[in-house]
Amino acid sequence: MIRLTDIERKFRVGDETVHALRGVSLDIAAGEYLSIMGPSGSGKSSLLNVLGLLDRPNAGRYELDGRDVTGLTDDELAQVRREKIGFVFQFFHLVPRLTAEQNIELPMMLAGIDPLERRRRLDRLLTEYGLESRARHRPDQLSGGQCQRVAIARAMSMEPGVILADEPTGNLDRHTGQEVMALLEALHAGGGTLVVVTHDAELGNRARRRIRIVDGAIVADARD
Amino acid sequence: MRYTDLLDFAWSVLRGSRSRTALILLAMGIGVAAVVIVSSLGEGARRYVLDQFGSLGTNLLIVLPGRSETSGGAPGFIVGKTPRAITIDDALALGRSRAVRKIAPLIVGTGDVRWNAKIREVPVLGSTAEMLEVRHMELSQGIFLPPGDPHHSQPVCVIGAKVRRELFGAQAALGEWLRIGDRRFRVVGILASQGQSLGFDTDEVVIVPVASAQALFNTEALFRVLVEAKSREQVQHAKDDVLEILKARHEGERDVTVITQDAVLATFDRILRALTLAVGGIAAISLGVAGILIMNVMLISVTQRRAEIGLLKAVGATSAQVKAIFFTEAAILALGGGAVGLAVGKAGQLFIGQLYPTIPFSPPWWAVVAAPLTAVVTAVLFSVAPARRAAALDPVMALSRR
Ligand SMILES: Nc1ncnc2c1ncn2[C@@H]1O[C@H](COP(=O)(O)OP(=O)(O)OP(=O)(O)O)[C@@H](O)[C@H]1O
Ligand SMILES: [Mg+2]
Repeated sequence: MIRLTDIERKFRVGDETVHALRGVSLDIAAGEYLSIMGPSGSGKSSLLNVLGLLDRPNAGRYELDGRDVTGLTDDELAQVRREKIGFVFQFFHLVPRLTAEQNIELPMMLAGIDPLERRRRLDRLLTEYGLESRARHRPDQLSGGQCQRVAIARAMSMEPGVILADEPTGNLDRHTGQEVMALLEALHAGGGTLVVVTHDAELGNRARRRIRIVDGAIVADARD
Repeated sequence: MRYTDLLDFAWSVLRGSRSRTALILLAMGIGVAAVVIVSSLGEGARRYVLDQFGSLGTNLLIVLPGRSETSGGAPGFIVGKTPRAITIDDALALGRSRAVRKIAPLIVGTGDVRWNAKIREVPVLGSTAEMLEVRHMELSQGIFLPPGDPHHSQPVCVIGAKVRRELFGAQAALGEWLRIGDRRFRVVGILASQGQSLGFDTDEVVIVPVASAQALFNTEALFRVLVEAKSREQVQHAKDDVLEILKARHEGERDVTVITQDAVLATFDRILRALTLAVGGIAAISLGVAGILIMNVMLISVTQRRAEIGLLKAVGATSAQVKAIFFTEAAILALGGGAVGLAVGKAGQLFIGQLYPTIPFSPPWWAVVAAPLTAVVTAVLFSVAPARRAAALDPVMALSRR
C-alpha cells in the first residue's frame, strides 16, 4: 500500500545541511499497525510528514496505493490527503473558535460533502467517541483526552485508509493516553493502517511492527 | 467546498474576533459614509443652484409677451407701449419649428375653488395635455388634461395634492365635480407632490384646459408659452425659430421675450459637478486607508492563525480554498462596512438635511454605487497579499511549535 524508496529529506540551516532522513526505504501493507520510535531529533516526525504527504522528500520515490505521488502538485497532494490520510497530532490542533462538532466536520466541509451526509457521519462519530454531550463545546472547554478524541474523530471523518499519529499521547496523562491508544487500535482492528510515532516504549511495543530510527535512518524493523 | 460553508467559516472567524471585526467595519463604514455625505453635500449644492436659477428645465424655453433686453435672467419690463398678446394660434404656430418638440400654452389666474361647502382660493393654470410632459409633472391618480384642440374645452381639471387634501380630506376626489368661478369641472387627475415649478407650488394649483381658463379669466392672451426643444443643443435653434415665427405673425415686430436656461447655468452645473466628484474622490481616499487597514489586520490574522491554516491544509484544503477563505472574510467585512457606511451616510445626510431644509441633499447615484463597490474592491485587492501568504504556508512549519 505504501512504498518508500531511498527517501532523503534535508534541511538547510544557515550554512549547514541537516539530514533528517537518509535513504529511508519502507513498505507498509494495508491494515498494518506500525510504531516508529527513536531518540529526539532522529527524524520520526519528518518521516511521518513525508508519509502523510505534508512534506516532500528531496529525493526518493513514494508510491501510495500503487500510484507514484512524488511528483504530484500541491493541490493534488491536498486531495490525496483529504481522501486517504488521517492525521492525529500531539498538540491536537483543533481550531479554537469552532465547536467539537465543527472541528470534526472540517475535512468533510473542505471536501464539499453534502450537509445531510455530514450530519449523519457526525452523529455516528460523536457517539463512537463518546462526545455527544460535548458536541457544542469549544476546545478550551474540553479535557486533553476529549480534545484528542475530537481530533481522532476528525481524522476518521473522511474514512481514510491510513491513520498517522505523531506522539498522540505526548500531551496526555498515562491513563488518558492508554484510552486514546485503545481508540486508535480499534481503528486498526477495523481494518485501517495505523502508524504511530511515540517516545513511550511501552506504547510502541503494542504495535505488531516496530521501526526504530536513529539519525534519519531506519536501524531496526521488528515484527511479531 | 460549498459557498454556504465558506460563508459560515468566514463568519465564525469574524465572530471569533469581534473587536477586530468591529474595527474594520468602522473604518470601512467611515470611508463609505464620508463619500456618501460629502457627495450629498456637493450634489445638494449643485441641485440647489440649478433649482434656484433654472426651475425651467434644461430643454425648456419660455415665451412671454413683451420685449426685454435682458436675456437669461428675470424678464425686464417693457418700456413704452403695451405688447401685443400671444394667442393660442401663435402658440400652435411654434410647433412648425423643427427644433421644437412640444409646446404648452399657459394662462395663470386665481380662482375660488368650491366643493360642497368648502372654498379655497388657489392659482388656476390653463394649459393643454402637453404641459404634463413639458413640465415633467407626475400624476398620483387619474389622468391629465385630455389631448385635443386647445380652442375647445372640456369641463375637466387636475388638482394638486394639497388642494385635494384640503377640499376632499379622506374622500375620493376623482370623478367629483367642483366649481371654479361660475363653471363646473370634473376632477380627472391628481398631481403627485413635486414642490416648486415655474414659481408655483404644484401641490396648490388647479389645472384646467386653456380655453376654459380663457373663459374664466375673460382673456385671449396667454401668460406664457412653454416650448420644449428637441434637445439641449437645439435650444438656441428653437429660440431663433420662435422669435422668427412670432415676428412674422406679429407684423414684423419683435415683441416677445424668450427665456432659456443660459450658458451660465450650464457652467455652474459643470463646476459643481466637478467639485462634487473631487470631494467625493478625496473622501474615497479614506476607503483606500480602510483597505490598507484590512490588509494589515489580515496579515496579522494569518500569522496568528498559522496553526489553523496548517491544519486546514493537513486535512485536505487546497491553496485555492485557503485563499477563498480569506477573500470571503474580506468581502464580508467590506460588504458589512459598505452597508454600515451607507446607513451612517444616509443618516448624516438626513441630519444635515434637517439643518438646511431648503437644500436638497441627497447623494448622487454614482456615489451610492461607487462607495461600497470601492470598499469591496479595495478590500478584496488588499486581501490578495494576506491570502497568498496564507496559501503559501508550509503546513509542516505551520503545525510545528518551533
Ligand atoms: N523545518 C526544519 N528546519 C530545519 N531543521 C529541521 C526542520 N524540521 C526538522 N528539522 C531537523 O530534522 C531533524 C529531525 O527532526 P524531526 O522533527 O523529524 O525529529 P523527531 O524525531 O520528530 O524529534 P522529536 O522526537 O523531538 O519530535 C532534527 O534534527 C530537526 O532539527
Ligand atoms: Mg517529532
